[in-house]
Amino acid sequence: MAAGQLDLDFELLRGGFELNVTQTLALVGVTVLFGPNGSGKSLTLRTIAGLETSAVGKVVFGGDDWLNSHDQIFVPAHRRPVAHVFQDARLFTHLDVAGNLSFAERRATQDGPSVRREDVIDVFGITHLLNRMPQGLSGGERQRVAMARALLSRPRLVLMDEPLSALDVQRRAQALNFIEQIPERFQVPVVYVTHQIDEVVRLANQLVLIANGRIEASGPAAELMSRLDLPPFTGRFEAGSIIDATVKRHVDEFALTELELARGLKMEVPHLDFPLGETIRLRIRARDVSIAAVKPKQISLRNVLPAVIEEVQAEADTAFAEVRLSVGGQPLRARISKASAHELGLKPGKKVYALVKATALDRRLLTRR
Amino acid sequence: MTAEVMSAIWLTLQLAVISVGLLLIMATPIAWWLAFTRSRLRVPVEAFTTLPLVLPPTVLGFYLLILLGPAGRIGSWWVLATGDALTFSFSGLVIASMIHTLPFVVQPMRQAFQDMGTGPLEEAATLGAGPVDRFFSIGLPQAKRGLITAAVLGFAHVLGEFGVVLMVGGNIPGRTKVVSIAIYESVETLDYATAHMLSAGLLALSFAVLVGVFAVNRKIPVRVG
Repeated sequence: MAAGQLDLDFELLRGGFELNVTQTLALVGVTVLFGPNGSGKSLTLRTIAGLETSAVGKVVFGGDDWLNSHDQIFVPAHRRPVAHVFQDARLFTHLDVAGNLSFAERRATQDGPSVRREDVIDVFGITHLLNRMPQGLSGGERQRVAMARALLSRPRLVLMDEPLSALDVQRRAQALNFIEQIPERFQVPVVYVTHQIDEVVRLANQLVLIANGRIEASGPAAELMSRLDLPPFTGRFEAGSIIDATVKRHVDEFALTELELARGLKMEVPHLDFPLGETIRLRIRARDVSIAAVKPKQISLRNVLPAVIEEVQAEADTAFAEVRLSVGGQPLRARISKASAHELGLKPGKKVYALVKATALDRRLLTRR
Repeated sequence: MTAEVMSAIWLTLQLAVISVGLLLIMATPIAWWLAFTRSRLRVPVEAFTTLPLVLPPTVLGFYLLILLGPAGRIGSWWVLATGDALTFSFSGLVIASMIHTLPFVVQPMRQAFQDMGTGPLEEAATLGAGPVDRFFSIGLPQAKRGLITAAVLGFAHVLGEFGVVLMVGGNIPGRTKVVSIAIYESVETLDYATAHMLSAGLLALSFAVLVGVFAVNRKIPVRVG
């Protein structure tokens, strides 16, 4: 997989809003920029692309200065080997689909990754659309053409700004399949902007959290998703953790699938349509995890996992506390009442049992890895 | 039809084609700049290019006469360069027509560029198209409707102008006597037959041109999103 490094250190003022980004992105696979609306995600992406001319500071890609205000370097957008897929696809309406693709092809980066037109058309399934005008395409078709066109410019970096926001649930799932393949298939890293947590779970290798024009945290997606400081981004109700698991066994009699989280640590979930041995990623919401100090017996909950408490953090203005657990080395978050945390004497290092509702898994969020 | 009338028609068509042709080349960059600039000069420049729309043609004609005359800034330079005066000449007529018609060409083009917006241009930039490339490969084709409208409105406006032409060009047969002036002269000399013929001709031509434009515009699909 093509790996590069993107060093960002810039400021941008936009009508009272101040964006201040200092961050190095490793650019492996898909890097997701995640944050609420108005947090500066899109502006960050536009600054990387060279579309924001008033940004001050540095943008360095693989050692090349794209922006260096100190040395008065500004590489304009058309000279940066970057493709930008916009929320609204932005197909050229005076050209048909084939013409849109050719537009990018003719202006392709000379030393970019080799991308063949036939491959792109095949991967995005747009053969039958080539002679159509953009006005007649559905939202999903437009985005597929936009992605194909972006890749045909042979970019060394693909930027995507909420490309799925105009699509319905089904089309989004389909489009996510395409996006997921891009880094490996076409040897180009992707920086992806979204405020949808399921897209983060699905796509992110690296995660950057951004709020109010500042980078709040960054790192490998699985680590970051379980950190307690996530709630400002996800809302407490939706907060959760990401766990990697292997499909161990299907119990057809009870329509269950057994997953292994770590050696000897098993968990049952409603039947999943994945082959045995497949590694999947699942997201468990903090509110669906309870904690017991001793191993409960005769209980309807089937997933009782030995865990160690790593951190307990009381929410300032509610009756709840966030508890960060380690289950066989994987992070798991629980949201329980402050009273329970107090009565059970929960503190870092204490061994407990995490009770996970099997139905707590959101099927949408399961991803092959 | 007398030779003089024929020459007036021929002169008018020549004037319209040349003026509008030159205007399209000159006004497109102005319209582009007005549509996309964030400069503080935008408002005064916009006002200035719209001025010919609201000024009485005689006022415009008067200043042009002074400016283009052999003693004027532009006129004296022209005499030096070509040995000929700009006033009461076909070249002077072209310049006057262009200035008088400028807003009719700039406005529709500016509107078309604004309707297109920066979206397609930004997209083209990220795909590797430089500024000039973007103008020709995206800007012009996307603004096609506006360009056609501008050309036709400009053409019709040049055909119909009277005051400025009379002030700057006078009424020299074969040189500056255009159809609108020929009509005026015919009426003055009570030659109603010629006046009728020329007026009806202009009316029919203007109508035909407009019908053509609207028909063409309907065939170009409306942009979505």
